[in-house]
Amino acid sequence: MKNFWRSTATTALTVGIAALFGPAAAQAETPQYGDELRIVVGSKIPSYDGHIESTFGMIHPIRPFYSLLIRVNPDNPSSPTDFVCDVCEGDVPAATDGGTKYTFKIRDDVKFHDGTPLTAHDVKATFDKIAFPPEGIASNRQAYFKTVESISAPDDRTVVFKLKNPTGTFLPSVAMPYNFIYAKKDLDAHGYTWHQKNINGSGAFKFVEHVPGSHVKGTKYEGYHHKGQPYLDGYTAISAPKMSVRLQAIRGGQADIEFRGFPPKARDDLVKALGDDITVQESDWNCVLIVTPNHKVKPMDDPKVRKALSLAIDRKGGSQYLSKIAIVKTVGGVVFPGHPLAATEDELKQLAGYGDDIEANRAEAKRLLKEAGHENLKVTLHNRGVDQPYKVVGTWLIDQWKKIGVQADQWVQPTTPFYATLRKKKDFTISLDFNCQSIVNPIADISKFLPGAGNNYAEFQDEQLIKWYDELLAEGDQAKQREIIRKYEKRVLDELSSQFITLWWYKINPHRSYVKGWKIAPSHYLNQALDNIWIDQAEKKRQLGG
Amino acid sequence: MYGYIVKRMLMLLPTLVGAAILVFLLLRLVPGDICLIKFGGEGAYADPEQIKQCQIQLGLENPIYVQFWDYMKGFFVLDLGTSMWTGKDVTYEIGVRFQLSLQVAIMATLTSVIIAIPLGVISAAKQNTMVDYVVRGFSIAGIAMPSFWLGILIILGLLIGSQEMFGRPWMPPINYEPIWVDPAHNLSQLIWPALATGYRYSAVATRMTRSAMLEVLREDYVRTARAKGLIEKVIVNKHALKNAMLPVVTIVGIEFAFLMGGLVVTEQVFNLNGLGKLFVESVTQSDYTLTQALVMLVVMIFVVMNFVVDVLYAWLDPRIRYS
Repeated sequence: MKNFWRSTATTALTVGIAALFGPAAAQAETPQYGDELRIVVGSKIPSYDGHIESTFGMIHPIRPFYSLLIRVNPDNPSSPTDFVCDVCEGDVPAATDGGTKYTFKIRDDVKFHDGTPLTAHDVKATFDKIAFPPEGIASNRQAYFKTVESISAPDDRTVVFKLKNPTGTFLPSVAMPYNFIYAKKDLDAHGYTWHQKNINGSGAFKFVEHVPGSHVKGTKYEGYHHKGQPYLDGYTAISAPKMSVRLQAIRGGQADIEFRGFPPKARDDLVKALGDDITVQESDWNCVLIVTPNHKVKPMDDPKVRKALSLAIDRKGGSQYLSKIAIVKTVGGVVFPGHPLAATEDELKQLAGYGDDIEANRAEAKRLLKEAGHENLKVTLHNRGVDQPYKVVGTWLIDQWKKIGVQADQWVQPTTPFYATLRKKKDFTISLDFNCQSIVNPIADISKFLPGAGNNYAEFQDEQLIKWYDELLAEGDQAKQREIIRKYEKRVLDELSSQFITLWWYKINPHRSYVKGWKIAPSHYLNQALDNIWIDQAEKKRQLGG
Repeated sequence: MYGYIVKRMLMLLPTLVGAAILVFLLLRLVPGDICLIKFGGEGAYADPEQIKQCQIQLGLENPIYVQFWDYMKGFFVLDLGTSMWTGKDVTYEIGVRFQLSLQVAIMATLTSVIIAIPLGVISAAKQNTMVDYVVRGFSIAGIAMPSFWLGILIILGLLIGSQEMFGRPWMPPINYEPIWVDPAHNLSQLIWPALATGYRYSAVATRMTRSAMLEVLREDYVRTARAKGLIEKVIVNKHALKNAMLPVVTIVGIEFAFLMGGLVVTEQVFNLNGLGKLFVESVTQSDYTLTQALVMLVVMIFVVMNFVVDVLYAWLDPRIRYS
């Protein structure tokens, strides 16, 4: 017990110090050149093509080879609205022509690693591939660019995106970290699948080697367009599927950082073992665990039953306790809690299951179940066979439901059959699911709750939600977007309880304290260009010797 | 002897063909779609059109008999195809891992033999003495202790021990360098899994050596040797040991083959990029071409090791080849 309190206090102190003095200290320090960064990555690389992949297993090792048109500000990545130019110049352009035209000026000093200058034509070819792929060519982000009417490059340094209507989703969609800029000549000469197995980027690092299952190596690109960067001579992304290996690798000095995040216990163990040699950065995470009832299966076709199950969940209490053992923490609605379009605390309290009085919520839940004729309800929660946070939160949910007299158990499946059940077989009553996005893009993100959306497994229809969502897509004014989202949110979480939110994830990144410059983002896909990272070599020597 | 070797080699072919057919059929019975795993496995929404394109690209839209015919054609011309996951040649994918697995298997086998044979012989020679009890205890502990658990203990021991002794924690490297590139890095990574697996493996071999030796030491010719006044050391080393090695050779051969593809959990503990890890990945990803090639490789290793064991048997005991 004594150790527990000591470790908790140490963690709190480290986090506090990092939060208070971290940014200021980082600004005060002069970056050093040299050395290499060793990253441990817990997932696999399906291909090198950002336009078709969605996994951090690809982003973490491959993103440093590429540039984007715009990106999340690497010095302020925790802001969900701060975007800066990467291969464009100046500030991110504002929309013109009533919010339907974006004109980007492309820098004239960007070169691909093979020496070819990067021009507006490369940017156009890239976004044509993403938004309007030819038949037979996959593009995983095509839906994000549905509002784009045309892309043109009137000269070498100008790219114009013409939209069908004003929308708040455009800039965040452009800034998605998967939108690697490819050379037009590569696409023309080798075809649209060449980048799945080959790399020619204009990012801070040049590709050296990929040993499948082992590592990816990159070396500093001397011609990188952000002058003075990168600071590192290179990096190695080591594949390490087991979390314990990644954790011990940082502890034992075999790796410097892991970008996806560790659970609280792992953080505490590292802090306890390494003290000042570890820096912990923490952040709200643009991932949320959702409970999805199957509306086609009784009794989930009854909104009273669904609402009762949502009312039973003590989100505030859960946040307090679960955040000590799992990667969840933040209470929120359908929009990422840190965004201006998210509900305020008072607005949240108006929704089922978010009120302060949990006993009153549960009494109401029991009343609803009685009214629906399901006083002795039995449910099986379908869950994914992954500990963090699925099984932990699933077990907690079952306990929450027991508190309103519902007999609940869990049906846990490995990832592949889990998704086969959700997508193909649909033979579940109620399931855990998640929505995990890279860029915080609320209007796009909340399509997860839209009936008929490909990734909505609740099997229901509601014209009202579809109507509001269409209005939202065509609305350029943020205040009006906010109003529509509130109505949409209330309908999803309260009136229909078509799906309900448990807790938002919480990202914890402990890393060796000699790693400098990197700042945590609300997504494990963001801020991975590695161009702003440097190593305090004296400190590294003190910690690891050599 | 040559006739015996040729006969044994001819028997390999039907075994390999049978295994190839069985592997193909069994894999198709396992549920899972590589395209769905590839594009939607992390929970991301996968466009059905994208999944369809992927299936067409990989030939999974073809009827089973067409896929089977393509597979068998490739098998007979030694074309193993490309990995459905990475698109790289299967031979390249396997080659990268093979050298690591082979090195660990050789190091573990050497560790095991170095430990097992002397201990087994001593234990038998000193039957029912304190030495025998200690050796038996050591080997039973080795059998009872899973290699991965011992591996975890080794890593934790190194981390904590180095922290205590040198003020900074150390663990073995988690990325592989071939021995000819960086021998120190290579050995400091692979010595620990070799010890962890070698110990368990030696425990089995120690017990086998002990019981085989005990049996041989009770043979008439050993009694005759003793009656002739030969010293015990000569009796054990010259007369008994070679004959006692017959069952030990079998164990060593089969365990070596097993180590080549079977170190799945130990590879996870030490983050080794070996065949075991590749095997698990290829099965969970439903990467048919890679899984088929890997199974065939392991079948081949087992068949070859059996062949080698049989030949060694025949060399150790000429009566075998005559029968």
